[in-house]
Amino acid sequence: MSFPWAKEYQPANGFTKFLDERLPVPRLVYNAVGAGYPVPRNLSYFWNFGVLAGFCLMLQLVTGIVLAMHYAAETTVAFASVEHIMRNVNWGWMLRYAHANGASFFFLVIYIHIFRGLFYASYKPPREMIWLIGVVIFLLMMATAFMGYVLPWGQMSFWGAQVITGLFSAIPLVGESLQVWILGGYAPDNAALNRFFSLHYVLSFVIAGCVVLHIWALHIPGSSNPTGVEVKSESDTVPFHPYYTAKDGFGLGIFLLIYFAFVFFLPNVLGHPDNYIEANPLSTPALIVPEWYFYPFYAILRAFTFDFILPAKLWGVLAMFASILVWFFLPWLDKGPVRSGHYRPLFRKFFWFGLIPCMAMLFFLGGAPAAEPYVMLSQIATAYYFLHFLVILPIISSIERPDPLPYSITEAVLGSDKKAVLGENAEPVAT
Amino acid sequence: MATTTGNPETGETTTKDGVRRRDFIEIAAVSVAGVGGLVMVYPLVSQMAPSADVLAASTTELDISTLEAGQAIVTEFRKQPVFVRRLTQAEIDEANAVPTGSLRDAESLEDRTQPGHEDVLVVMGVCTHLGCVPLGAVTGENKGEYNGYFCPCHGSHYDTAARIRKGPAPTNLLVPDYTFASDTTIVIG
Ligand code: HEM
Ligand code: FES
Repeated sequence: MSFPWAKEYQPANGFTKFLDERLPVPRLVYNAVGAGYPVPRNLSYFWNFGVLAGFCLMLQLVTGIVLAMHYAAETTVAFASVEHIMRNVNWGWMLRYAHANGASFFFLVIYIHIFRGLFYASYKPPREMIWLIGVVIFLLMMATAFMGYVLPWGQMSFWGAQVITGLFSAIPLVGESLQVWILGGYAPDNAALNRFFSLHYVLSFVIAGCVVLHIWALHIPGSSNPTGVEVKSESDTVPFHPYYTAKDGFGLGIFLLIYFAFVFFLPNVLGHPDNYIEANPLSTPALIVPEWYFYPFYAILRAFTFDFILPAKLWGVLAMFASILVWFFLPWLDKGPVRSGHYRPLFRKFFWFGLIPCMAMLFFLGGAPAAEPYVMLSQIATAYYFLHFLVILPIISSIERPDPLPYSITEAVLGSDKKAVLGENAEPVAT
Repeated sequence: MATTTGNPETGETTTKDGVRRRDFIEIAAVSVAGVGGLVMVYPLVSQMAPSADVLAASTTELDISTLEAGQAIVTEFRKQPVFVRRLTQAEIDEANAVPTGSLRDAESLEDRTQPGHEDVLVVMGVCTHLGCVPLGAVTGENKGEYNGYFCPCHGSHYDTAARIRKGPAPTNLLVPDYTFASDTTIVIG
C-alpha cells in the first residue's frame, strides 16, 4: 500500500520486464526503498536509525557466520578457539572485534530508535503493530546478545549464564527444574554452551524475519514525522530514492566513522577484562555486571532487597521483565490525541525531566556495585520508571492541552500550504 | 444416520442436523496428526534436560582429617562448589545465640549439621539468590557482616551457620545430602 501519487514501477528493459511478470523483486524494492515509496519530506536524522539498525543486523549476520567457521562450542576448547580467532585466523581479530563491538553499536542504535518512538509517540494509531513487533525484536535481541556473550566461555560469560538462568529459579514451584532444563545440568557446562550456540545462531535469523514484518507493517501507514501530522497531499512527501537513500547514506557514513574508531582503536573499552580469563566454576569475579546495554534492566533486578508478600528475588525478576513488557501497553497508556512531543508541553516536561534522567540513572546504577547508596537510588529510579508509564503518562496525556498543530507537513516546512489556502483540501485550515 | 439428504450438485450427503459424513474423516485425520505432533514434542523438550552422564557424575568423597577449626575446604559436587568448614567454638556460639524464629529461613545449626559432628558444616557454595559463589571459604576473603559468607554479586550476607541474614537471597546456603563414611571422610551425594 502507498499513497495514490506514488510512482509506478516501469521495467526499463526486456530482462526486467521478464522478471517483473514472473518474480517482481525489482518492483518490490522500487516500492519499498525506491522512487515508488513517498515519504514525509520533513524527517529528521532521528529517522535514520531504522536503516542503521538494519545495517547492524546485516553486519552481525555476516561477521557472525564467518566467526562460526572458526569457533568451537565445547567447554574445553571454546575459550582457546576464540584466542585462536584472535591470533591465528587471518583478520580474525578484526572480525571478532567487529562482531563484539557490532553488538554494542546495534544496541546503541536501537536505544536511539526507541527513544525516537517514545518522544514522537510513534506507537500511536495507526502504528501500534510496528511498535509491538519492535518490542518483540528488542526482546529477541536481548536473548541473542546474552547467549552470544556466553560463547567465548570467559569468566563473565560463565557467571553471566549462571546469574541470568538463575532468574528462572525465582519462579515458584517449577523454577529450579526450569533452570536445570534450560542449562541441561546443575550449572552452566557443555550442554548449555552448545545449545546457546545453536540458539544464538538461529535467533538472529528469527530477528531478521521479524524485521521484515516490522517494515511490512510500517509500509501500510508509512512513516510518521517530527510534527506527527499525517501526510495529506503530494506536496507533503518526497520519493524515498534519491532523497532518503542520500540522507540515510550520509548518516551511515557518520555511524561507520564512530563504529570503526571503536573497532580499531578502542576494541575492548565496551567489554569487560574478566572475560579474558577462562571460565572457572569455582570462583566468581568480584563484580559481575552484564554488558553496558543491559545495565538499566540489571539495576531494576537488583533494586528489590526486601520481601513483601513475595520473596525479594521474585520481585526483582518480575520487575525486570515488566519493565519491558510495559512497552507493549504504551499505545493504550498514552491517551493524548497529539503524537509529537514538540506540541505536548506537559508530556515534554515529564519526558525530559522525568523519564530521561530516570533512564540515565538506571544506566549508571546497573554498572555500580551492589552497595549503598546505589541500592537505594536504584529503588527510587525503578519506582519512578513504573510511575512514569503507569500513572504519570496516562494522567498527563488525558489532561494536557496540546499546542496548535500545523495544518500540514508542507505548512510546517514552508510556512504555508498553497493548496490548503486555495481550498483544494477538504478539511478547513486549523490555526 | 437414518435419514440422509443428498446434495445433487456436490454429491455430498448431510444428515438432518447438518453433519456431513466427511466430517468424521476430517476430525479423525486432524486428531491423529495432532496427537502425532504432540508425541513428537516430548523428546524435543526432554532432550534439553540433563543427560545421563551429567546425572551420573554425582558423588564426591572428601578426607577432612587435616581440616582445622576455623578452616574450610572447597570441593566440587556436580560441577558446583561445596564449602566444608570446621567451625570454631566462637562460631558455634555465635550461631546458637540467634533465635531461629527471627531468621528468614528458620533453621538452627543443629538442623544443618549431623549428630556428633556439630562442628562440621557442609554447604553448597552457590548463593541461593542467582547462583554466584559466595566469598569467605578462603582465608582472607570478605566474610560479610555476619562472619560467615558474603556474596558480592548482589550483596547477600550469610552467618557462621551459612544462614541468610541480609540481602536478596531467599534461603540459607543449601546443605547437600552427605554421610560420614568414617570420622574423617565424608561422601557427598
Ligand atoms: C542479532 C544479531 C547478533 C548479536 C546481537 C550478536 C551478539 C554477540 C555477542 C555480544 C557476542 C560476544 C562477543 C565477545 O564477547 O567476543 C557474540 C559472539 C559470537 N557470535 Fe554473535 N551476535 C549476533 C549474530 C550472530 C550470528 C548471525 C552468528 C552466526 C551464526 C553469530 C556467531 C557468533 C559467534 C561464533 C560468537 C563467538 C565468538 C566470539 O566471541 O567472538 N552471531 N555475538
Ligand atoms: S547471586 Fe548472590 S547475591 Fe545475587
